Amino acid sequence: MHDKQAWPLYEVFVRARGGLDHKHVGSLHAVDARMALEHARDLYTRRQEGVSIWVVASKDITASDPSESESLFEPARDKIYRHPTFYDIPDEVKTL
Amino acid sequence: MSTALATDSSSDLFRYVLRLGDLSLILGQRLGELVGHGPALEEDLGLANIALDLVGQARLLLTYAGEIEGAGRDEDTLAFLRDHRDYFNAVLVEQPNGDFAHTIVRQVLIDAFQQELYSRTLGSNDERLAAIAAKAEKETRYHLRYSSGWLVRLGDGTEESHQRAQAALNLLWPYTVELFSADALDIQMAEAGIAPALADVQQAWSLRMNDILAEATLTHPPERPFHWYGKRGEHSEHLGYILAEMQSMSRTYPGARW
Amino acid sequence: MYTQGLDQPAELSTSLDEASLERRFLERVDAEEKIEPKDWMPVRYRNTLIRQISQHAHSEIVGMLPEGNWITRAPTLKRKTILIAKVQDEGGHGAYLYSAAETLGVSREQMIDQLLAGKAKYSSIFNYPTPTWADVGAIGWLVDGAAIMNQLPLCRCSYGPYARAMVRVCREESFHQRQGYDLMLQLARGTPEQKQMAQDALNRWWWPALMMFGPPDADSMHSSDSKRWKIKRLSNDELRQKFVDFTVHQANFLGLTLPDPQLKWNEAQQRHEYGPINWAEFEQVLKGNGPCNAERLAARRKAHADGAWVREAAVAYAAKQSKKRASLAA
Repeated sequence: MHDKQAWPLYEVFVRARGGLDHKHVGSLHAVDARMALEHARDLYTRRQEGVSIWVVASKDITASDPSESESLFEPARDKIYRHPTFYDIPDEVKTL
Repeated sequence: MSTALATDSSSDLFRYVLRLGDLSLILGQRLGELVGHGPALEEDLGLANIALDLVGQARLLLTYAGEIEGAGRDEDTLAFLRDHRDYFNAVLVEQPNGDFAHTIVRQVLIDAFQQELYSRTLGSNDERLAAIAAKAEKETRYHLRYSSGWLVRLGDGTEESHQRAQAALNLLWPYTVELFSADALDIQMAEAGIAPALADVQQAWSLRMNDILAEATLTHPPERPFHWYGKRGEHSEHLGYILAEMQSMSRTYPGARW
Repeated sequence: MYTQGLDQPAELSTSLDEASLERRFLERVDAEEKIEPKDWMPVRYRNTLIRQISQHAHSEIVGMLPEGNWITRAPTLKRKTILIAKVQDEGGHGAYLYSAAETLGVSREQMIDQLLAGKAKYSSIFNYPTPTWADVGAIGWLVDGAAIMNQLPLCRCSYGPYARAMVRVCREESFHQRQGYDLMLQLARGTPEQKQMAQDALNRWWWPALMMFGPPDADSMHSSDSKRWKIKRLSNDELRQKFVDFTVHQANFLGLTLPDPQLKWNEAQQRHEYGPINWAEFEQVLKGNGPCNAERLAARRKAHADGAWVREAAVAYAAKQSKKRASLAA
């Protein structure tokens, strides 16, 4: 009975203003992408918070596994040579 | 108020603007009954959004009407102290919400009408009306997208939803005749370049409705004569109840400010 | 992300045991790190949040009814539009909160089923009737005021999705309180009948508003865990006291009298003392015996039941379209 009535979950991303990224704002239920867009418009942009909406079925999102965070993200921490502040450029050289 | 056409042109414009404003107001009022009772939380928000837009349109139009009349009536005096014989909405919008199919069918019929009407009022000789139409047209585009989307889902959904949608369509279709029957006031407004010719509005509306009904797999109901003249203040029994509820506070506390 | 399938805790590495996972979890909470949906969390933390967030969501949805009741009778067009917008916001808040709860592994259907079966709680306050227009003002001023007091600290709650939903809600809620107070101000400055209407509404809503903060700290079952996990950051009594102190000043400005003969300023403690709350009434309302419990639930059940064929139709339509696209692609 419930499967016939259940509307799948969609994740909603809104670009608040031109020049900004789409940001994840939450989720909602809809039967298809068109309905999801309309629901997102009515739910997440009532106060002029949007110029563009993306909706993605939640099942289509692949997320990284927190238990793998160490191997995914820690190795980047000690590569400080990727940051400009690692390099000591003499003050006389003004354009770098 | 006399039902005979007055010769004073500002009184004509007054009545014409009220036709538009009352249409939005009564439909907005009907939708207001539904908030919190829709088939899904997301639809409560969608219907409330439409209600909000419609009441907003009514406020602009009734305010303008009051200015045209020049007798000191504002949007609230007009909304809350007129008797049903002085309301000029087409009777389609008075019809009860019924089930969701009835609500959606009524909505599509009016949204398509307002879409064609407002888009042809953008170039009106009446600047104020053109400005109101410009704002309202964007709202109506979204309303039509929402309501026609739902009509298609209901028409082409399950056997039950199809039957309910067809039944609602058969019931409400005859009321659309009134929207397009041009009386002396409509003709006069069209000739003055203030309003579009209703024949043009009807043609566009019919084409649009054909497309929507086809996609919804619904059958065009047979044309039937109608007997209502809400545009001239002759209403169905429903308006009395609607106004009694809407106006109850103003009638109970005359002169109070809120 | 927030998909239902991903809410199950990740496979446990054999080198970690439950106790050290819980220790790491508490360290993160203490360090004000946010817990996100896929992170490891104690079962009790997950269940507490599901209970609290879903109750919060249910409250918003049921809360649409006492005020929605006045949309068709709002005395001016401007008030009508404000009220529609407010009720729409409440529905929206419910949606944000259901969305946050779903990140913890419970579905919207499950939560709705529990509500309609009478198994889920929602805020006691919405079981009181709104017989007059002034009630709309009182709800905005007092009920939304109390809600803001509760919700502001929740913006810093340890669970990311709930905290973010609360930030959104709080931004919208302050409009709710202001429109309610503005409504009351207009009544208080109006005709004698309007002023009486406002006083009568205040008399009926004051005590239920104080009860919104929950039982006294000494009697509250869930408090200590909730504090440890930074879900609840201030106690019931602390929040209630803050609310009283703010609201007394607001009521005085309106020229209305709070229905508490024992209300008085305590100079030494710099707070208002207030009279005893009728906790027996609170118990009854929570049990389902409040004046409108049956009515509110019946309305929700009816909407849900009447809407079943609609929801089914939408699903059926989407399935047909999906099939059509698949066969075209083939």
